[in-house]
Amino acid sequence: MTTNPAIELRGISKAFGPVQANSDINLRVERGTIHGIIGENGAGKSTLMSILYGFYKADAGEILIGGQPVAIPDSQAAIRAGIGMVFQHFKLVQNFTVLENVVLGAEDGALLRPSLAKARKLLADLARDYELEVDPDEVIEELSVGHQQRVEILKALYRQADILILDEPTGVLTPAEADHLFRILRGLKEQGKTVVLITHKLREIMEITDAVSVMRRGEMVATVTTAETSPEQLAELMVGRKVLLRVDKTPAVPGRTVLEVENLRVSDADGVERVKGISFSIRAGEILGIAGVAGNGQSQLLEVLGGISPATGTVRVNGDAIDLSGRHSNGQTRRARGIAHVPEDRQHLGLIMDFMAWENVIFGYHNDPAYQKNRLIMDNAGIVREAQAKMKRFDVRPPIPTLQAKSFSGGNQQKIVLARELERAPDLLLVGQPTRGVDIGAIEFIHQRLIELRDAGKAVLLVSVELDEILSLSDRIAVMFDGRIMGERDPAATNERELGLLMAGIAGEGAAA
Amino acid sequence: MTKLPNWADIVLVPLVSLLFAAIISALVLLAIGQDPVAAMNVMVTGALGSPYGWGYTLYYTTSFIFTGLAVTVSFNARLFNIGGEGQAQMGGLGVALVLLSLPVWPHWTVALVAAALGAAAFGAAWAAIPAYLQARRGSHIVITTIMFNYIAAAVIVYMLVDVLRPPRQMEPASARFPEGAALPTLHDIPGLSLIFTREVPANVTLFIALVAAFLVWVLLWRTRLGYQIRAFGQSEPAARYAGIDPFRTIMITMLISGGLAGLMAVNNVMGEAEKLVQNSSEGAGFIGIAVALMGRNHPFGVLVAAFLFGFLYQGGAELGLWTTIPIEMRIVVQGLVILFTGALDVMVRMLLARLFFRKPPPEVAVAARERA
Repeated sequence: MTTNPAIELRGISKAFGPVQANSDINLRVERGTIHGIIGENGAGKSTLMSILYGFYKADAGEILIGGQPVAIPDSQAAIRAGIGMVFQHFKLVQNFTVLENVVLGAEDGALLRPSLAKARKLLADLARDYELEVDPDEVIEELSVGHQQRVEILKALYRQADILILDEPTGVLTPAEADHLFRILRGLKEQGKTVVLITHKLREIMEITDAVSVMRRGEMVATVTTAETSPEQLAELMVGRKVLLRVDKTPAVPGRTVLEVENLRVSDADGVERVKGISFSIRAGEILGIAGVAGNGQSQLLEVLGGISPATGTVRVNGDAIDLSGRHSNGQTRRARGIAHVPEDRQHLGLIMDFMAWENVIFGYHNDPAYQKNRLIMDNAGIVREAQAKMKRFDVRPPIPTLQAKSFSGGNQQKIVLARELERAPDLLLVGQPTRGVDIGAIEFIHQRLIELRDAGKAVLLVSVELDEILSLSDRIAVMFDGRIMGERDPAATNERELGLLMAGIAGEGAAA
Repeated sequence: MTKLPNWADIVLVPLVSLLFAAIISALVLLAIGQDPVAAMNVMVTGALGSPYGWGYTLYYTTSFIFTGLAVTVSFNARLFNIGGEGQAQMGGLGVALVLLSLPVWPHWTVALVAAALGAAAFGAAWAAIPAYLQARRGSHIVITTIMFNYIAAAVIVYMLVDVLRPPRQMEPASARFPEGAALPTLHDIPGLSLIFTREVPANVTLFIALVAAFLVWVLLWRTRLGYQIRAFGQSEPAARYAGIDPFRTIMITMLISGGLAGLMAVNNVMGEAEKLVQNSSEGAGFIGIAVALMGRNHPFGVLVAAFLFGFLYQGGAELGLWTTIPIEMRIVVQGLVILFTGALDVMVRMLLARLFFRKPPPEVAVAARERA
């Protein structure tokens, strides 16, 4: 029994048109272990898991579950084979209760009541065994993200999953919630369940997995025992070359004050106050990092400063107040004041996905006289030439200006935005989630560019949910929780634990510092 | 990566869609006991078999180019201007008011310029109200433009019955336009008169339509305004981020769109009827939607699609004339063409993708699963 691995994949291949997403993948996941799968975006991790969960059919190869060859034509078959999946984007009915969500699709009969009663009992048992406490009668939309994730795990366990696949589970969690998740996963492992963890975070792999498989460009390049490897080795396996994991930077030399924010308040479209009177300033030549779990007002802060939404309060750039009413300002007037903005959501704000790269390289700067041939006609040929040069300088691959933005990988899309915003040498750069969905090789490049901008005497406001990124780039760190700044810390004198508490709204000792 | 090659997307998809529409049309004809091959024969000969037929086909084509372009411009800003019909009718009112304001016109070119300005101004003005309501009040432009079609029809009836109708005339129509306002038809143009040996309704407006298509292309893909229109259409939040003013963009786009729809009146009211009658646009405003859909919201695609619908219109009329097939069959065929080229476009694309790759592209597969 113990000799049979929980999952064995033999020679799995899958192509989408000319793109080979998986080629000849072999994988053994031993029973009762936590197995990490790591790789850059587009390495084929998600495709492989989609094959395992019956979303795609492999072109070749076979799947063995517990030593038995199985066919998985759809997700129902995967569930029958004992596989449960927790997606990055939860698939829960927002206005159903926890109990209803758990039972949904797995009801025993036409009447709901017996199923619900049975589920309630089982949920209580699971909660006790695995620290999976959730109020079964709470409506999903009232739950925190961490609790919603627990519901997804409960759903899988309710369907008697022996193998649990989690796709980037910690992306939306606070450090404390992530720790809790890891305790749950360890508990599952102790009960003999098998966990497959897909992630791009090396730290998590090192912390929790027993073995790790590395994918690169559709191939499985290595499977190693976690205890015998190092983050540096894994990063090198992922990228195929040596990677600098730490950001090299000299101490900041702050100059005059560039940005002053006083008592800024922002309400969203529903009239809910999302930023509740915050004040801070940034000087030239420094990076202020705003840490916080997504949804605590950071996005609204960026949008207000970027001229997209209105607010009240005072914001001064280089000593002059800027219009916050939204009537006389927009992204363009902000740019005229020397503010560049790399938005959090590059696919909806920063880029037009159907536009070609060259059209995106001038997006927001399209009124610049340099881009016009005459009063009416744009100098398209000139813009294409400039775009090509910028794309080369920012290592956008492939450097073809006539490709649509959507045909580039996440990292290269981000480089297109950066090329546009950084080459203007703004006084103040607003940058949100600069490396979200960006592969390791590009992260290094992007971080270096941000440090370069700082060293050139510019002010940078960095918003990120990646604590590692905040810690390694920032010269000062402010933590936002529920629309307020919980405290400001010196990155050299703080640690993840302290920041994690602030992110969870718990003001520690000396929070007012 | 799993996209269809460009040529297949532009040429093959519409052709296969048309083929489907033709097959179903044939089945409908068989079902009512008619011979589809004979019917097709009548349509082709009637629309393209003689200079006379061409004269009608091109006349309809001209109208459809204008309304198709109107929809194309607005669709590129993701503004679904369904009001081309009303805007074209108001354009007709503009033509009539301008041309009736002088007792005699010195030359048709002068009359043409004046009438075109009137047509565009009235069409644009009619589009401006729904545009303002959308931009400032958020009233959905589809709803308001549809309603404005009805209001336009009512306004025209009022104008014809109570204002423009000459004394002692029973028909609700304006007086005939004065001397010098008649546009040369293709028969009157030196050179072309060798081909078009009889009087045909197709007139010089055809050339204006071709120029308009070229100008719309320049506007959308070569000017800053077009860049902003397309960016706004792709993503309103992104447009805000880039500092593109939504209000201004909506207003300008709709003014251009309404102006183009209004210009259609130069073809039918000035070029053909030579007076304003009720329902002068005869549904061409709605056909413009199908033309733009089929033409992939590209001015050159619109030219091709407008010609196809011109052919269907004229061919269908011939069916009614020479066979026992009811003229309503023309509506059935048009409906099927719209259904396949517009609504079922994705289905045809998936079919072709399957043939090309023997596997559906992942987006389609995922979408299909999520629906399941």
